Amino acid sequence: MPDSDTLAFADRPTTSVGLVTPHVARFDTPLALACGKVLPAYELIYETYGTLNAERSNAVLICHALSGHHHAAGYHSEDDRKPGWWDAHIGPGKAIDTNRFFVVSLNNLGGCHGSTGPVSHNPETGRQWGPEFPMVTVSDWVASQARLADQLGIERWAAAVGGSLGGMQVMQWAMTYPERVANAVVIAATPRLSAQNIAFNEVARQAIRSDPEFFDGWYAEHDTVPKRGLKLARMVGHITYLSEDAMGSKFGRDLRSDDLNFGFDVEFQVESYLRYQGDTFSTAFDANTYLLMTKALDYFDPAATQGGDLAQALAPAQCPFLIVSFTTDWRFPPSRSRELVDALTRAGKSVSYANIESPHGHDAFLLSEPRYDAIVSAFMNRAARELNLPETGPEETP
Amino acid sequence: MMRADLELIYDWVPKGAHVLDLACGDGELLESLARNKGVTGYGLEIDHDGINACVERGVSVIEHNLDDGLSSFCDNSYDQVIMTQALQALRRPDKMLDEMLRVAEEGIITFPNFAYWRHRVHLGLRGYMPVSKSLPHAWYDTPNIHLSTFNDFEHLCREKGLMIVDRAVGVGDHQGHWKSRLWPNLFGEIAIFRVRRR
Repeated sequence: MPDSDTLAFADRPTTSVGLVTPHVARFDTPLALACGKVLPAYELIYETYGTLNAERSNAVLICHALSGHHHAAGYHSEDDRKPGWWDAHIGPGKAIDTNRFFVVSLNNLGGCHGSTGPVSHNPETGRQWGPEFPMVTVSDWVASQARLADQLGIERWAAAVGGSLGGMQVMQWAMTYPERVANAVVIAATPRLSAQNIAFNEVARQAIRSDPEFFDGWYAEHDTVPKRGLKLARMVGHITYLSEDAMGSKFGRDLRSDDLNFGFDVEFQVESYLRYQGDTFSTAFDANTYLLMTKALDYFDPAATQGGDLAQALAPAQCPFLIVSFTTDWRFPPSRSRELVDALTRAGKSVSYANIESPHGHDAFLLSEPRYDAIVSAFMNRAARELNLPETGPEETP
Repeated sequence: MMRADLELIYDWVPKGAHVLDLACGDGELLESLARNKGVTGYGLEIDHDGINACVERGVSVIEHNLDDGLSSFCDNSYDQVIMTQALQALRRPDKMLDEMLRVAEEGIITFPNFAYWRHRVHLGLRGYMPVSKSLPHAWYDTPNIHLSTFNDFEHLCREKGLMIVDRAVGVGDHQGHWKSRLWPNLFGEIAIFRVRRR
Protein backbone atom coordinates (compact mmCIF):
# COMPACT_ATOMS: atom_id res chain seq x y z
CA MET A 1 0.00 0.00 0.00
CA PRO A 2 1.22 3.50 -0.67
CA ASP A 3 2.64 5.29 2.32
CA SER A 4 0.26 8.20 1.91
CA ASP A 5 -2.53 5.87 2.98
CA THR A 6 -1.02 5.01 6.28
CA LEU A 7 -0.91 6.84 9.54
CA ALA A 8 1.32 6.28 12.50
CA PHE A 9 -0.43 5.20 15.67
CA ALA A 10 0.00 8.54 17.35
CA ASP A 11 -1.80 10.29 14.47
CA ARG A 12 -4.51 7.70 14.16
CA PRO A 13 -8.01 9.03 13.60
CA THR A 14 -10.93 8.17 15.83
CA THR A 15 -12.03 5.71 13.16
CA SER A 16 -9.19 3.33 14.10
CA VAL A 17 -9.81 0.21 16.11
CA GLY A 18 -6.65 1.16 18.03
CA LEU A 19 -4.29 -1.40 19.55
CA VAL A 20 -5.04 -5.03 18.77
CA THR A 21 -3.54 -8.32 19.89
CA PRO A 22 -3.65 -11.49 17.80
CA HIS A 23 -5.04 -14.73 19.21
CA VAL A 24 -4.16 -18.30 18.28
CA ALA A 25 -6.75 -21.05 17.92
CA ARG A 26 -5.61 -24.67 18.01
CA PHE A 27 -7.39 -27.51 16.23
CA ASP A 28 -6.59 -31.11 17.08
CA THR A 29 -9.13 -32.76 14.79
CA PRO A 30 -7.37 -33.87 11.59
CA LEU A 31 -8.30 -31.85 8.51
CA ALA A 32 -8.61 -33.79 5.24
CA LEU A 33 -7.36 -31.63 2.39
CA ALA A 34 -8.41 -31.53 -1.26
CA CYS A 35 -4.98 -32.84 -2.31
CA GLY A 36 -5.65 -36.10 -0.44
CA LYS A 37 -3.32 -35.42 2.47
CA VAL A 38 -4.45 -34.98 6.04
CA LEU A 39 -3.25 -32.26 8.38
CA PRO A 40 -3.31 -33.93 11.83
CA ALA A 41 -3.50 -30.67 13.79
CA TYR A 42 -3.09 -26.98 13.05
CA GLU A 43 -3.21 -23.50 14.45
CA LEU A 44 -4.80 -20.36 13.05
CA ILE A 45 -3.76 -16.90 14.13
CA TYR A 46 -6.53 -14.31 14.07
CA GLU A 47 -7.57 -10.89 15.28
CA THR A 48 -10.97 -9.55 16.21
CA TYR A 49 -12.31 -6.00 16.18
CA GLY A 50 -15.55 -4.88 17.83
CA THR A 51 -17.73 -6.86 20.21
CA LEU A 52 -19.61 -10.08 19.59
CA ASN A 53 -23.25 -9.57 20.57
CA ALA A 54 -25.14 -11.94 22.85
CA GLU A 55 -26.94 -13.56 19.91
CA ARG A 56 -23.58 -14.00 18.12
CA SER A 57 -25.24 -12.63 15.03
CA ASN A 58 -22.96 -9.70 14.21
CA ALA A 59 -19.73 -11.49 13.20
CA VAL A 60 -18.05 -10.58 9.92
CA LEU A 61 -15.33 -12.75 8.42
CA ILE A 62 -12.52 -11.04 6.52
CA CYS A 63 -10.71 -13.26 4.01
CA HIS A 64 -7.27 -12.15 2.90
CA ALA A 65 -5.60 -12.10 -0.50
CA LEU A 66 -2.35 -13.59 -1.80
CA SER A 67 0.11 -11.88 0.52
CA GLY A 68 -2.32 -10.80 3.22
CA HIS A 69 -2.62 -11.97 6.80
CA HIS A 70 -4.68 -11.65 9.99
CA HIS A 71 -3.66 -8.09 10.78
CA ALA A 72 -6.39 -6.28 8.84
CA ALA A 73 -6.99 -3.26 11.08
CA GLY A 74 -5.54 -1.28 13.95
CA TYR A 75 -2.02 -1.32 15.33
CA HIS A 76 0.05 -3.92 17.16
CA SER A 77 2.04 -1.38 19.08
CA GLU A 78 2.21 2.36 19.53
CA ASP A 79 5.42 2.31 17.50
CA ASP A 80 3.72 0.81 14.45
CA ARG A 81 4.20 2.96 11.39
CA LYS A 82 1.28 1.41 9.50
CA PRO A 83 -2.10 0.02 10.51
CA GLY A 84 -3.48 -3.32 9.28
CA TRP A 85 -3.86 -3.91 5.54
CA TRP A 86 -7.60 -3.12 5.35
CA ASP A 87 -7.74 -0.36 7.93
CA ALA A 88 -9.37 1.87 5.29
CA HIS A 89 -12.52 -0.24 5.55
CA ILE A 90 -12.64 -1.67 9.07
CA GLY A 91 -13.19 0.52 12.10
CA PRO A 92 -15.73 2.61 13.98
CA GLY A 93 -17.93 4.36 11.43
CA LYS A 94 -16.18 2.77 8.44
CA ALA A 95 -17.77 0.57 5.77
CA ILE A 96 -17.32 -2.46 8.01
CA ASP A 97 -18.37 -0.65 11.14
CA THR A 98 -16.88 -2.11 14.32
CA ASN A 99 -19.51 -0.24 16.34
CA ARG A 100 -22.00 -2.71 14.92
CA PHE A 101 -20.03 -5.70 13.75
CA PHE A 102 -17.62 -8.11 15.37
CA VAL A 103 -14.89 -8.57 12.78
CA VAL A 104 -12.75 -11.72 12.57
CA SER A 105 -9.64 -11.71 10.41
CA LEU A 106 -7.30 -14.69 10.21
CA ASN A 107 -4.12 -15.81 8.52
CA ASN A 108 -4.90 -18.74 6.25
CA LEU A 109 -3.50 -22.21 6.56
CA GLY A 110 -0.15 -22.40 4.77
CA GLY A 111 0.51 -18.75 5.60
CA CYS A 112 3.69 -17.39 7.11
CA HIS A 113 2.33 -14.97 9.69
CA GLY A 114 1.53 -17.31 12.55
CA SER A 115 -0.93 -19.89 11.23
CA THR A 116 0.35 -23.39 10.56
CA GLY A 117 2.30 -23.36 7.33
CA PRO A 118 5.62 -24.21 5.70
CA VAL A 119 7.58 -22.33 8.37
CA SER A 120 5.89 -24.32 11.18
CA HIS A 121 7.34 -27.35 12.86
CA ASN A 122 6.15 -30.70 11.48
CA PRO A 123 5.70 -32.99 14.50
CA GLU A 124 5.96 -36.11 12.35
CA THR A 125 9.40 -35.38 10.95
CA GLY A 126 10.77 -33.15 13.66
CA ARG A 127 11.82 -30.59 11.08
CA GLN A 128 10.16 -27.56 9.50
CA TRP A 129 7.38 -28.42 7.08
CA GLY A 130 9.13 -26.47 4.32
CA PRO A 131 8.23 -27.78 0.86
CA GLU A 132 6.47 -30.78 2.42
CA PHE A 133 3.59 -28.67 3.65
CA PRO A 134 0.58 -30.00 1.76
CA MET A 135 -1.00 -27.98 -1.03
CA VAL A 136 -4.01 -26.12 0.33
CA THR A 137 -6.97 -24.96 -1.72
CA VAL A 138 -9.63 -22.32 -1.24
CA SER A 139 -12.04 -25.06 -0.08
CA ASP A 140 -9.50 -26.24 2.50
CA TRP A 141 -9.20 -22.70 3.82
CA VAL A 142 -12.94 -22.34 4.09
CA ALA A 143 -13.18 -25.67 5.93
CA SER A 144 -10.51 -24.51 8.39
CA GLN A 145 -12.24 -21.14 8.79
CA ALA A 146 -15.52 -22.92 9.58
CA ARG A 147 -13.79 -24.66 12.46
CA LEU A 148 -12.56 -21.31 13.71
CA ALA A 149 -16.16 -20.07 13.56
CA ASP A 150 -17.23 -23.13 15.57
CA GLN A 151 -14.62 -22.41 18.18
CA LEU A 152 -15.74 -18.78 18.44
CA GLY A 153 -19.36 -19.92 18.76
CA ILE A 154 -20.33 -18.24 15.49
CA GLU A 155 -22.98 -20.29 13.76
CA ARG A 156 -23.55 -17.89 10.93
CA TRP A 157 -21.51 -14.95 9.65
CA ALA A 158 -23.42 -11.70 9.28
CA ALA A 159 -21.17 -11.31 6.25
CA ALA A 160 -18.11 -12.85 4.67
CA VAL A 161 -15.99 -10.23 2.93
CA GLY A 162 -12.89 -10.53 0.79
CA GLY A 163 -10.93 -9.01 -2.08
CA SER A 164 -9.08 -10.87 -4.82
CA LEU A 165 -8.15 -14.35 -3.52
CA GLY A 166 -10.19 -13.36 -0.44
CA GLY A 167 -13.23 -12.94 -2.68
CA MET A 168 -12.78 -16.51 -3.88
CA GLN A 169 -12.98 -17.71 -0.28
CA VAL A 170 -16.21 -15.77 0.14
CA MET A 171 -17.68 -17.45 -2.96
CA GLN A 172 -16.60 -20.82 -1.58
CA TRP A 173 -18.22 -20.07 1.78
CA ALA A 174 -21.52 -19.28 0.09
CA MET A 175 -21.37 -22.55 -1.87
CA THR A 176 -20.08 -24.89 0.86
CA TYR A 177 -21.83 -23.47 3.91
CA PRO A 178 -24.84 -21.59 2.52
CA GLU A 179 -26.62 -21.67 5.87
CA ARG A 180 -23.61 -20.12 7.61
CA VAL A 181 -23.27 -16.93 5.53
CA ALA A 182 -25.95 -14.24 5.71
CA ASN A 183 -24.25 -11.91 3.20
CA ALA A 184 -21.31 -12.13 0.82
CA VAL A 185 -19.06 -9.32 -0.43
CA VAL A 186 -16.75 -10.32 -3.28
CA ILE A 187 -14.36 -7.58 -4.37
CA ALA A 188 -11.96 -7.51 -7.35
CA ALA A 189 -12.18 -11.27 -7.71
CA THR A 190 -12.79 -13.79 -10.46
CA PRO A 191 -14.61 -17.11 -10.62
CA ARG A 192 -11.42 -18.65 -12.04
CA LEU A 193 -8.01 -17.56 -13.21
CA SER A 194 -7.42 -16.94 -16.90
CA ALA A 195 -4.51 -18.54 -18.75
CA GLN A 196 -2.74 -15.18 -18.49
CA ASN A 197 -3.27 -15.07 -14.71
CA ILE A 198 -1.82 -18.57 -14.36
CA ALA A 199 1.05 -17.61 -16.64
CA PHE A 200 2.01 -14.70 -14.39
CA ASN A 201 1.83 -16.98 -11.36
CA GLU A 202 4.05 -19.50 -13.09
CA VAL A 203 6.68 -16.85 -13.84
CA ALA A 204 6.62 -15.95 -10.14
CA ARG A 205 6.99 -19.57 -9.11
CA GLN A 206 9.82 -20.20 -11.56
CA ALA A 207 11.60 -17.11 -10.28
CA ILE A 208 11.52 -18.58 -6.77
CA ARG A 209 12.23 -22.19 -7.69
CA SER A 210 15.15 -21.36 -9.93
CA ASP A 211 16.89 -19.30 -7.26
CA PRO A 212 20.03 -21.27 -6.24
CA GLU A 213 19.19 -20.43 -2.63
CA PHE A 214 15.83 -22.22 -2.91
CA PHE A 215 17.27 -25.73 -2.27
CA ASP A 216 14.03 -27.39 -3.40
CA GLY A 217 12.25 -25.52 -0.65
CA TRP A 218 14.64 -26.54 2.15
CA TYR A 219 16.32 -23.14 2.29
CA ALA A 220 15.68 -22.76 6.02
CA GLU A 221 17.82 -25.82 6.71
CA HIS A 222 20.57 -24.17 4.73
CA ASP A 223 20.16 -21.01 6.76
CA THR A 224 19.26 -19.01 3.72
CA VAL A 225 16.31 -17.46 1.89
CA PRO A 226 15.69 -17.39 -1.89
CA LYS A 227 15.59 -13.62 -1.77
CA ARG A 228 16.30 -13.00 -5.41
CA GLY A 229 13.53 -15.34 -6.49
CA LEU A 230 10.99 -13.87 -4.11
CA LYS A 231 11.98 -10.38 -5.15
CA LEU A 232 11.43 -11.18 -8.83
CA ALA A 233 8.14 -12.92 -8.03
CA ARG A 234 6.93 -9.83 -6.19
CA MET A 235 8.14 -7.48 -8.91
CA VAL A 236 6.21 -9.30 -11.63
CA GLY A 237 3.20 -9.63 -9.33
CA HIS A 238 3.31 -5.97 -8.47
CA ILE A 239 3.15 -4.97 -12.13
CA THR A 240 -0.16 -6.80 -12.39
CA TYR A 241 -1.54 -5.07 -9.29
CA LEU A 242 -1.11 -1.57 -10.71
CA SER A 243 -2.71 -0.12 -13.79
CA GLU A 244 -0.68 1.22 -16.68
CA ASP A 245 -2.12 4.66 -15.94
CA ALA A 246 -1.28 4.49 -12.25
CA MET A 247 2.29 3.51 -13.05
CA GLY A 248 2.48 6.20 -15.69
CA SER A 249 1.23 8.97 -13.44
CA LYS A 250 3.30 7.81 -10.49
CA PHE A 251 6.61 7.34 -12.31
CA GLY A 252 6.27 8.24 -15.97
CA ARG A 253 9.70 7.95 -17.52
CA ASP A 254 11.27 9.86 -14.66
CA LEU A 255 14.94 9.19 -14.11
CA ARG A 256 16.66 8.86 -10.78
CA SER A 257 19.51 11.12 -11.93
CA ASP A 258 19.60 13.79 -14.60
CA ASP A 259 21.24 11.78 -17.34
CA LEU A 260 21.12 8.32 -18.82
CA ASN A 261 24.07 6.29 -17.63
CA PHE A 262 23.93 3.59 -20.32
CA GLY A 263 24.16 0.77 -17.78
CA PHE A 264 21.94 -1.76 -16.07
CA ASP A 265 21.76 -0.13 -12.67
CA VAL A 266 18.54 1.54 -11.65
CA GLU A 267 17.87 4.45 -14.00
CA PHE A 268 14.11 4.88 -14.16
CA GLN A 269 12.08 5.60 -11.04
CA VAL A 270 9.78 2.71 -11.80
CA GLU A 271 12.75 0.31 -11.65
CA SER A 272 13.72 1.71 -8.29
CA TYR A 273 10.16 1.34 -7.00
CA LEU A 274 9.81 -2.26 -8.16
CA ARG A 275 13.19 -3.24 -6.72
CA TYR A 276 12.25 -1.64 -3.43
CA GLN A 277 8.91 -3.47 -3.34
CA GLY A 278 10.65 -6.73 -4.21
CA ASP A 279 13.40 -6.29 -1.62
CA THR A 280 10.96 -5.48 1.17
CA PHE A 281 8.80 -8.44 0.33
CA SER A 282 11.69 -10.89 0.00
CA THR A 283 12.66 -10.49 3.64
CA ALA A 284 9.08 -10.43 4.97
CA PHE A 285 7.39 -13.33 3.19
CA ASP A 286 8.09 -17.05 3.02
CA ALA A 287 8.86 -18.47 -0.41
CA ASN A 288 7.08 -21.80 0.15
CA THR A 289 3.97 -19.93 1.30
CA TYR A 290 4.07 -17.78 -1.82
CA LEU A 291 4.23 -20.91 -3.97
CA LEU A 292 1.27 -22.45 -2.12
CA MET A 293 -0.86 -19.32 -2.32
CA THR A 294 -0.34 -18.95 -6.06
CA LYS A 295 -1.33 -22.58 -6.56
CA ALA A 296 -4.49 -22.06 -4.50
CA LEU A 297 -5.34 -19.21 -6.88
CA ASP A 298 -4.67 -21.36 -9.96
CA TYR A 299 -6.75 -24.28 -8.72
CA PHE A 300 -9.85 -22.29 -7.77
CA ASP A 301 -12.55 -23.12 -10.32
CA PRO A 302 -15.92 -23.95 -8.76
CA ALA A 303 -17.57 -24.28 -12.18
CA ALA A 304 -15.25 -27.16 -13.09
CA THR A 305 -17.15 -29.51 -10.78
CA GLN A 306 -20.32 -28.73 -12.76
CA GLY A 307 -19.04 -29.17 -16.27
CA GLY A 308 -18.09 -25.52 -16.52
CA ASP A 309 -21.52 -24.24 -15.43
CA LEU A 310 -20.83 -21.55 -12.84
CA ALA A 311 -24.53 -20.87 -12.25
CA GLN A 312 -24.97 -24.54 -11.35
CA ALA A 313 -21.98 -24.38 -9.01
CA LEU A 314 -23.48 -21.35 -7.28
CA ALA A 315 -26.92 -22.96 -6.96
CA PRO A 316 -26.51 -23.87 -3.27
CA ALA A 317 -25.76 -20.26 -2.26
CA GLN A 318 -28.57 -18.53 -0.34
CA CYS A 319 -27.22 -15.15 0.67
CA PRO A 320 -27.34 -11.78 -1.06
CA PHE A 321 -24.09 -10.95 -2.85
CA LEU A 322 -22.37 -7.65 -3.44
CA ILE A 323 -19.85 -7.87 -6.27
CA VAL A 324 -17.42 -4.98 -6.76
CA SER A 325 -14.84 -4.46 -9.49
CA PHE A 326 -12.53 -1.60 -10.48
CA THR A 327 -12.34 -0.05 -13.94
CA THR A 328 -8.55 -0.23 -14.31
CA ASP A 329 -8.03 -3.64 -12.71
CA TRP A 330 -6.47 -5.75 -15.45
CA ARG A 331 -5.46 -8.64 -13.20
CA PHE A 332 -9.11 -9.51 -12.45
CA PRO A 333 -10.88 -7.03 -14.73
CA PRO A 334 -14.54 -5.98 -14.42
CA SER A 335 -15.49 -8.54 -17.09
CA ARG A 336 -14.47 -11.33 -14.70
CA SER A 337 -16.66 -9.94 -11.94
CA ARG A 338 -19.44 -9.61 -14.47
CA GLU A 339 -19.08 -13.33 -15.28
CA LEU A 340 -19.77 -14.02 -11.65
CA VAL A 341 -22.71 -11.59 -11.59
CA ASP A 342 -24.23 -13.16 -14.71
CA ALA A 343 -23.89 -16.65 -13.24
CA LEU A 344 -25.59 -15.45 -10.06
CA THR A 345 -28.48 -13.87 -11.96
CA ARG A 346 -28.85 -17.04 -14.04
CA ALA A 347 -29.00 -18.97 -10.78
CA GLY A 348 -31.66 -16.52 -9.56
CA LYS A 349 -29.57 -15.33 -6.61
CA SER A 350 -29.81 -11.94 -4.98
CA VAL A 351 -26.85 -9.95 -6.33
CA SER A 352 -25.80 -6.35 -6.75
CA TYR A 353 -22.84 -5.20 -8.77
CA ALA A 354 -20.85 -1.98 -8.91
CA ASN A 355 -17.90 -1.21 -11.15
CA ILE A 356 -15.91 1.50 -9.39
CA GLU A 357 -13.98 4.14 -11.31
CA SER A 358 -10.44 4.02 -9.96
CA PRO A 359 -6.99 4.64 -11.42
CA HIS A 360 -5.32 2.17 -9.05
CA GLY A 361 -5.75 -1.14 -10.87
CA HIS A 362 -6.16 -4.31 -8.82
CA ASP A 363 -4.70 -2.59 -5.75
CA ALA A 364 -7.80 -0.36 -5.63
CA PHE A 365 -9.55 -2.95 -3.46
CA LEU A 366 -7.14 -2.15 -0.62
CA LEU A 367 -7.63 1.59 -0.84
CA SER A 368 -10.36 4.00 0.14
CA GLU A 369 -12.43 5.63 -2.60
CA PRO A 370 -15.71 7.44 -1.90
CA ARG A 371 -17.94 5.41 -4.18
CA TYR A 372 -16.33 2.11 -3.16
CA ASP A 373 -16.71 2.94 0.53
CA ALA A 374 -20.32 4.06 -0.01
CA ILE A 375 -21.48 0.91 -1.80
CA VAL A 376 -19.90 -1.43 0.77
CA SER A 377 -21.39 0.71 3.56
CA ALA A 378 -24.82 0.60 1.93
CA PHE A 379 -24.68 -3.18 1.65
CA MET A 380 -23.44 -3.63 5.20
CA ASN A 381 -26.08 -1.20 6.54
CA ARG A 382 -28.83 -3.21 4.91
CA ALA A 383 -27.26 -6.40 6.29
CA ALA A 384 -27.22 -4.91 9.77
CA ARG A 385 -30.84 -3.81 9.42
CA GLU A 386 -31.97 -7.24 8.30
CA LEU A 387 -30.11 -8.85 11.19
CA ASN A 388 -31.69 -6.35 13.58
CA LEU A 389 -28.34 -5.03 14.75
CA PRO A 390 -28.63 -1.73 16.60
CA GLU A 391 -26.94 1.33 15.14
CA THR A 392 -24.60 1.66 18.04
CA GLY A 393 -23.65 -1.97 18.39
CA PRO A 394 -23.68 -4.30 21.37
CA GLU A 395 -23.03 -2.99 24.86
CA GLU A 396 -19.52 -3.58 26.10
CA THR A 397 -19.57 -6.14 28.87
CA PRO A 398 -17.25 -5.05 31.68
CA MET B 1 -46.36 7.40 -3.08
CA MET B 2 -44.70 6.28 -6.28
CA ARG B 3 -44.29 8.23 -9.48
CA ALA B 4 -47.57 8.03 -11.41
CA ASP B 5 -46.19 5.96 -14.29
CA LEU B 6 -44.68 3.52 -11.79
CA GLU B 7 -48.10 3.12 -10.11
CA LEU B 8 -49.58 1.98 -13.39
CA ILE B 9 -46.70 -0.40 -14.13
CA TYR B 10 -47.05 -1.78 -10.63
CA ASP B 11 -50.56 -2.93 -11.51
CA TRP B 12 -49.42 -4.50 -14.77
CA VAL B 13 -46.82 -6.77 -13.16
CA PRO B 14 -48.36 -10.09 -12.11
CA LYS B 15 -47.82 -11.54 -8.64
CA GLY B 16 -44.64 -13.59 -8.27
CA ALA B 17 -43.25 -12.50 -11.66
CA HIS B 18 -39.53 -12.57 -12.41
CA VAL B 19 -38.68 -9.19 -13.91
CA LEU B 20 -35.82 -7.14 -15.23
CA ASP B 21 -36.14 -3.39 -14.62
CA LEU B 22 -34.00 -1.43 -17.07
CA ALA B 23 -32.97 1.95 -15.68
CA CYS B 24 -34.46 1.08 -12.31
CA GLY B 25 -33.39 4.34 -10.65
CA ASP B 26 -33.44 4.15 -6.87
CA GLY B 27 -35.25 0.80 -6.93
CA GLU B 28 -38.58 2.11 -5.63
CA LEU B 29 -40.71 0.08 -8.06
CA LEU B 30 -38.79 -3.18 -7.55
CA GLU B 31 -38.89 -2.78 -3.80
CA SER B 32 -42.63 -2.36 -3.62
CA LEU B 33 -43.18 -5.14 -6.19
CA ALA B 34 -41.00 -7.46 -4.12
CA ARG B 35 -42.61 -6.52 -0.84
CA ASN B 36 -46.25 -6.57 -1.87
CA LYS B 37 -46.42 -8.89 -4.86
CA GLY B 38 -43.58 -11.34 -4.28
CA VAL B 39 -41.90 -10.21 -7.49
CA THR B 40 -38.23 -11.23 -7.96
CA GLY B 41 -35.60 -9.93 -10.34
CA TYR B 42 -32.97 -7.32 -10.96
CA GLY B 43 -32.63 -3.67 -11.71
CA LEU B 44 -30.09 -2.40 -14.20
CA GLU B 45 -28.78 1.08 -13.57
CA ILE B 46 -25.83 3.24 -14.46
CA ASP B 47 -26.36 6.14 -12.07
CA HIS B 48 -24.14 5.79 -9.00
CA ASP B 49 -26.60 7.31 -6.53
CA GLY B 50 -29.39 5.11 -7.89
CA ILE B 51 -27.24 1.99 -7.49
CA ASN B 52 -26.36 2.94 -3.93
CA ALA B 53 -29.98 3.65 -3.05
CA CYS B 54 -30.99 0.22 -4.43
CA VAL B 55 -28.30 -1.58 -2.42
CA GLU B 56 -29.27 0.33 0.71
CA ARG B 57 -32.93 -0.75 0.37
CA GLY B 58 -32.02 -4.33 -0.54
CA VAL B 59 -32.98 -4.24 -4.21
CA SER B 60 -30.69 -6.34 -6.42
CA VAL B 61 -29.10 -3.89 -8.84
CA ILE B 62 -26.48 -4.42 -11.50
CA GLU B 63 -24.37 -1.61 -12.86
CA HIS B 64 -25.01 -1.87 -16.56
CA ASN B 65 -25.02 0.45 -19.56
CA LEU B 66 -28.17 -0.32 -21.56
CA ASP B 67 -26.40 0.66 -24.77
CA ASP B 68 -24.30 -2.49 -24.25
CA GLY B 69 -27.45 -4.54 -24.88
CA LEU B 70 -28.82 -7.42 -22.86
CA SER B 71 -26.56 -10.18 -24.19
CA SER B 72 -25.70 -11.30 -20.67
CA PHE B 73 -29.35 -12.31 -20.15
CA CYS B 74 -30.68 -15.54 -21.64
CA ASP B 75 -33.71 -15.91 -23.92
CA ASN B 76 -37.02 -16.14 -22.04
CA SER B 77 -35.29 -15.90 -18.66
CA TYR B 78 -37.76 -13.32 -17.30
CA ASP B 79 -41.53 -12.88 -17.30
CA GLN B 80 -41.37 -9.17 -18.02
CA VAL B 81 -38.79 -6.56 -18.87
CA ILE B 82 -39.67 -3.05 -17.74
CA MET B 83 -38.03 0.11 -19.02
CA THR B 84 -39.16 3.47 -17.71
CA GLN B 85 -38.07 6.77 -19.26
CA ALA B 86 -34.93 5.36 -20.88
CA LEU B 87 -36.01 4.48 -24.43
CA GLN B 88 -35.36 8.00 -25.68
CA ALA B 89 -31.81 8.03 -24.29
CA LEU B 90 -30.68 4.81 -26.00
CA ARG B 91 -28.48 4.63 -29.07
CA ARG B 92 -30.80 2.13 -30.76
CA PRO B 93 -34.25 2.01 -29.12
CA ASP B 94 -35.53 -0.39 -31.78
CA LYS B 95 -32.82 -2.94 -31.04
CA MET B 96 -33.48 -2.64 -27.33
CA LEU B 97 -37.11 -3.46 -27.96
CA ASP B 98 -36.00 -6.64 -29.77
CA GLU B 99 -33.69 -7.47 -26.88
CA MET B 100 -36.37 -6.90 -24.26
CA LEU B 101 -38.72 -9.25 -26.05
CA ARG B 102 -36.01 -11.85 -26.48
CA VAL B 103 -35.37 -11.94 -22.72
CA ALA B 104 -39.06 -11.90 -21.81
CA GLU B 105 -42.36 -12.46 -23.57
CA GLU B 106 -43.71 -9.14 -22.39
CA GLY B 107 -42.28 -5.67 -22.09
CA ILE B 108 -43.46 -2.48 -20.43
CA ILE B 109 -42.06 0.74 -21.82
CA THR B 110 -42.61 4.35 -20.83
CA PHE B 111 -41.23 7.43 -22.55
CA PRO B 112 -42.00 11.14 -22.94
CA ASN B 113 -44.43 11.79 -25.79
CA PHE B 114 -42.85 14.37 -28.05
CA ALA B 115 -46.23 15.06 -29.69
CA TYR B 116 -47.80 16.25 -26.42
CA TRP B 117 -49.63 19.50 -27.15
CA ARG B 118 -47.42 21.60 -24.91
CA HIS B 119 -44.38 20.27 -26.74
CA ARG B 120 -46.06 21.12 -30.03
CA VAL B 121 -46.69 24.65 -28.85
CA HIS B 122 -43.02 25.02 -27.91
CA LEU B 123 -41.83 23.85 -31.28
CA GLY B 124 -44.70 24.71 -33.63
CA LEU B 125 -45.70 28.13 -32.43
CA ARG B 126 -42.79 29.46 -30.45
CA GLY B 127 -40.09 27.78 -32.49
CA TYR B 128 -38.10 26.39 -29.58
CA MET B 129 -37.18 22.84 -28.62
CA PRO B 130 -39.69 21.78 -25.96
CA VAL B 131 -38.75 21.96 -22.32
CA SER B 132 -41.25 20.50 -19.87
CA LYS B 133 -41.59 18.38 -16.77
CA SER B 134 -41.09 15.25 -18.85
CA LEU B 135 -38.36 16.85 -20.99
CA PRO B 136 -36.52 18.99 -18.50
CA HIS B 137 -33.22 19.41 -20.39
CA ALA B 138 -32.00 22.03 -22.80
CA TRP B 139 -31.33 20.84 -26.36
CA TYR B 140 -27.57 20.94 -25.84
CA ASP B 141 -27.29 18.88 -22.66
CA THR B 142 -30.18 16.46 -23.02
CA PRO B 143 -29.50 12.74 -22.74
CA ASN B 144 -32.58 12.20 -24.90
CA ILE B 145 -31.22 11.47 -28.36
CA HIS B 146 -34.18 9.54 -29.80
CA LEU B 147 -37.36 11.38 -28.96
CA SER B 148 -40.52 9.89 -30.38
CA THR B 149 -44.27 10.17 -30.17
CA PHE B 150 -47.06 7.92 -29.00
CA ASN B 151 -47.88 7.29 -32.67
CA ASP B 152 -44.26 6.63 -33.61
CA PHE B 153 -43.94 3.93 -31.03
CA GLU B 154 -47.20 2.32 -31.99
CA HIS B 155 -45.99 2.32 -35.57
CA LEU B 156 -42.70 0.66 -34.59
CA CYS B 157 -44.58 -2.04 -32.67
CA ARG B 158 -46.77 -2.71 -35.69
CA GLU B 159 -43.72 -2.90 -37.97
CA LYS B 160 -42.15 -5.42 -35.63
CA GLY B 161 -45.38 -7.41 -35.49
CA LEU B 162 -45.75 -6.93 -31.74
CA MET B 163 -49.02 -7.16 -29.90
CA ILE B 164 -49.96 -4.07 -27.89
CA VAL B 165 -51.62 -5.45 -24.78
CA ASP B 166 -52.17 -2.11 -23.08
CA ARG B 167 -51.38 1.50 -23.73
CA ALA B 168 -51.96 4.59 -21.73
CA VAL B 169 -50.84 8.14 -21.40
CA GLY B 170 -50.47 10.41 -18.46
CA VAL B 171 -49.96 14.06 -17.79
CA GLY B 172 -47.35 15.02 -15.25
CA ASP B 173 -48.21 13.97 -11.76
CA HIS B 174 -51.98 13.96 -12.22
CA GLN B 175 -53.03 10.48 -11.18
CA GLY B 176 -56.48 10.65 -12.71
CA HIS B 177 -55.20 11.21 -16.19
CA TRP B 178 -53.67 7.74 -16.45
CA LYS B 179 -55.92 6.13 -19.00
CA SER B 180 -56.28 5.66 -22.72
CA ARG B 181 -57.97 8.68 -24.13
CA LEU B 182 -59.36 9.88 -27.35
CA TRP B 183 -56.26 11.67 -28.62
CA PRO B 184 -53.41 10.20 -26.66
CA ASN B 185 -50.83 11.47 -29.11
CA LEU B 186 -51.96 15.02 -28.47
CA PHE B 187 -52.90 14.98 -24.80
CA GLY B 188 -50.51 12.46 -23.31
CA GLU B 189 -47.29 13.80 -21.84
CA ILE B 190 -45.94 10.37 -20.95
CA ALA B 191 -46.67 7.29 -23.03
CA ILE B 192 -46.78 3.85 -21.55
CA PHE B 193 -47.06 0.62 -23.52
CA ARG B 194 -47.35 -3.02 -22.60
CA VAL B 195 -46.27 -5.12 -25.57
CA ARG B 196 -45.90 -8.81 -26.31
CA ARG B 197 -44.32 -10.78 -29.08
CA ARG B 198 -46.83 -12.80 -31.06
